[in-house]
Amino acid sequence: MTSMAATPLIRIRGVGKRYGSVTALADVSLDIHHNEFFALLGPSGCGKTTLLRAIAGFEDPDEGSITLTTGDTQPADAGEVDLLALPPNRRPVNLMFQSYALFPHMTVSANIAYGLEREGLARSEIARRVADVLVTVDLQDKASARPRQLSGGQRQRVALARAIVKRPKVLLLDEPLSALDRRVRADMQVELKRLQHEVGITFVVVTHDQEEAMSMADRIAVMEHGRISQIADPVTLYQRPVSAAVADFIGMSTIIPGQAAVDGFTALGERLPAAPSGVIGPALLVIRPEDVRLHADDPTDAAMGSLSGTVLATHFFGGTSTTTVTVAGLGRPVLATQIGPPAHRIGAVVRVGWPAERAIVLPDTP
Amino acid sequence: MPDRTRTGTGTRRPVERGLGWLRLPLIGAFGFLYLPIAVLVVMSFNASSIPFVWTGFSLQWYPTLASNPQVLQGLLNTLVVAVAATVGATILGTLLAVGLARYTRSVLLEAYSLAPAIIPDLVLAIGLLILFTSIGLTLSLFSVVLAHIVFGMAFVAAVVTARIGQTDPSLEEASRDLGATGPTTFLRITVPSLAPAIIAGALLVFTLSLDEFVIAFFTDGPRTPTLPIVIYSMVRFGVTPEINALGALLLLVSFTVVLAAQRITRLTDAL
Ligand SMILES: Nc1ncnc2c1ncn2[C@@H]1O[C@H](COP(=O)(O)OP(=O)(O)O)[C@@H](O)[C@H]1O
Ligand SMILES: [Mg+2]
Repeated sequence: MTSMAATPLIRIRGVGKRYGSVTALADVSLDIHHNEFFALLGPSGCGKTTLLRAIAGFEDPDEGSITLTTGDTQPADAGEVDLLALPPNRRPVNLMFQSYALFPHMTVSANIAYGLEREGLARSEIARRVADVLVTVDLQDKASARPRQLSGGQRQRVALARAIVKRPKVLLLDEPLSALDRRVRADMQVELKRLQHEVGITFVVVTHDQEEAMSMADRIAVMEHGRISQIADPVTLYQRPVSAAVADFIGMSTIIPGQAAVDGFTALGERLPAAPSGVIGPALLVIRPEDVRLHADDPTDAAMGSLSGTVLATHFFGGTSTTTVTVAGLGRPVLATQIGPPAHRIGAVVRVGWPAERAIVLPDTP
Repeated sequence: MPDRTRTGTGTRRPVERGLGWLRLPLIGAFGFLYLPIAVLVVMSFNASSIPFVWTGFSLQWYPTLASNPQVLQGLLNTLVVAVAATVGATILGTLLAVGLARYTRSVLLEAYSLAPAIIPDLVLAIGLLILFTSIGLTLSLFSVVLAHIVFGMAFVAAVVTARIGQTDPSLEEASRDLGATGPTTFLRITVPSLAPAIIAGALLVFTLSLDEFVIAFFTDGPRTPTLPIVIYSMVRFGVTPEINALGALLLLVSFTVVLAAQRITRLTDAL
């Protein structure tokens, strides 16, 4: 299963796309491997849809290449196809549209059969595969319904069935869950992940929801302004972000600007706990809320850092609580998460610290 | 897909209560609209042959009409023109609308394509006459069909363009994505999703062509008059109850077609 080492399934190199003065994609390069659940994550307008549509064949990149490995996962018989040379209807990939794009004048089963009919398969084969996929997405009883008679979640499953029934090499999904309400969305995240395992198809999912990407994807490409900022698995992305922007986008964090030197990190005239990072000069210190420790202010306590602040607010979520502390000189308050109820009252003066090895020091490049 | 507001009488506005005097202009306007038509229909059942004096009820003018060879030939000519023009205008108008939506973003070009529906009939008629004679086309029913296609396709294009604006553009892309070629996508996805507008446009062209006079008058040959031209030549010798009967029949056809158009569009919309 994990022959991802050798040849990637999709190889994207130096892809760029401009619309007039807007740069939608700039020098995008990435590899997507066999059977991977890959997420493209970034704020709205960063070029995610454009990249997906370029893979599917609905946008022509201005430059760069997109190739697909044919043959099996064996590197020996792998050949490469230039995807950009093929029209959308001849690419072995399928796109699930953000609007689902179900054909309103056809029943659910006719929608699903449409792609198989285009392959010229025998009627009996088509009927069998449609019936099978309806079971997979649990819509057996909706076979003869029209799209307009379905709920949002059901439409989404029809769109999914219509795409996977073609057994594409890669399934591209553009914000597949954004049209659903919160509760259904949580169910469908689990469902998508299960389906991907079951059908063994490589999924590339576009999303602007970092929690969604983190919880589903094997690897995530974080995009900003048409560029890739970082490609990594969710844990690496969280623990070792390459820029403050990535750190800020992935999960909660406190970011403190300062100066990094060989022997430590200085901000607000204080030495702050930080492990040696190799960064010298203007730098940003990123600390996650769960790593922040708060101590009742005691001038004799020299342990940990030496920042002190005032508790601004506390929030209790049942299992955990979050304390917001304002530190004089810092633009944004420091967030601290701990297990159990909050340990400090609003207005209390506290020392703020963290284990040096948990602090992430990044160069401060404007 | 979000629910769209549908055409037709699906949703009703609340009826305004009070301010009763405002109904007077409403009734007046309707009277102004329909009184001439009502007079025509009533007079078609007049026993007298003097068209302005009511002497009693009679159905005699309808059989008389049916035995008038001039009228029957005119009716046949008109039906031939209307059917042929409807087919031509529907196909070309649909292609025009789809092409405009797909290949241009020019508002100007779109406006130009609709112009034949708006410019004065007389101007269009004279232009077509000059064109036909300069290319040596003998004036006949065929030239009337061509002329009606010109203005008819503009109407179809207008109706279909409005519908395209409401349909999800990713439907066609989804079809391509699922492996369909361009022509298959057009026939299996584009046309069916535009069907209500295409049918409505076709019926519109049919009713317009049925009683079109000015353009037909200029582009028709002398030996094949359409029904409106026949009526015109009869009216020159005075309005007879026979003509009233003919008018009432035309009215019936137009109303039926318009009602059918509403029915069909609502039916296909509901699919
Ligand atoms: N067809 C287009 N014409 C002009 N600009 C476009 C077009 N498609 C996308 N863009 C622009 O390209 C940028 C990236 O868009 P998109 O890929 O849709 O972003 P995302 O999916 O990440 O929200 C945006 O600034 C958008 O306005
Ligand atoms: Mg998008």
